[in-house]
Amino acid sequence: MPRDAEAIAEQVFVALADPSRRAILAGLASQGPATATDLAGCLPITRQAIAKHLALLAEAGLVTAEPGERRRVRYRLCSAPMQVAQQFLAALARDWDGRLDALKDHLDRVLPGLPQPHQTQ
Amino acid sequence: MGFPDRIERTVEIAHPPGRVWAALTTAEGLGTWFGNEATIDLRPGGQARMTWTDGPTVEMRVERVEEPTVFGFTWPIYGLPEDDPRRTYVEFTLEPAGAGTRLTVTETGFAQLPEEAYGKAYDGNTQGWASELGELVDYLDAA
Repeated sequence: MPRDAEAIAEQVFVALADPSRRAILAGLASQGPATATDLAGCLPITRQAIAKHLALLAEAGLVTAEPGERRRVRYRLCSAPMQVAQQFLAALARDWDGRLDALKDHLDRVLPGLPQPHQTQ
Repeated sequence: MGFPDRIERTVEIAHPPGRVWAALTTAEGLGTWFGNEATIDLRPGGQARMTWTDGPTVEMRVERVEEPTVFGFTWPIYGLPEDDPRRTYVEFTLEPAGAGTRLTVTETGFAQLPEEAYGKAYDGNTQGWASELGELVDYLDAA
């Protein structure tokens, strides 16, 4: 299972490493489902380039294609893979080193008069 | 290896376990070094809440209380939706070390990925939004 999580997270990070794909995902997140033509109207990228990026994003499970108006394919953002990537980021962001330092500082501040025993670090 | 499931740290603290225990398990302590404000019902199954100024509020569930050696709680995984059932488990272990304390903290569960919940969460979200927006439209239409 962690293997799967890692593979999913990796696809998210690969997708996010490209500025055009970030712009496409941001567009779908802020404005909802859109066609490649819609996206080309508000991004400084050609419609052809957008279609290529959308294909990669669909393969990674980050967007799904659905029928839109006038037989155009509409793309919708999928949040599930982002949530898996978020778990990876959460582990990095927990910052126990910083918190334990804060705990030590707190104890030293509230009890400044105590004799300090040996410290191993 | 790339997706860490477990974080573990051990530190030596120059204060006896009783003092460290108080800092870990009282609203006053938690609200000083951990969050900016805290409440805690210190018993297994009890609720604790931590608030950061200009930041999030986190609800914790107390799981283990063995004064003054083991304190454990679960809390949400940062960044996941509030109703996501996945949580990590944090456990503090206190051992006397000379006149001070050897404190170990472990947090586990980052790599949990119930395949079923994964699909369910996704479907639930998409359908949830669609139906909520539908209800809003109905409500506005009726008014």
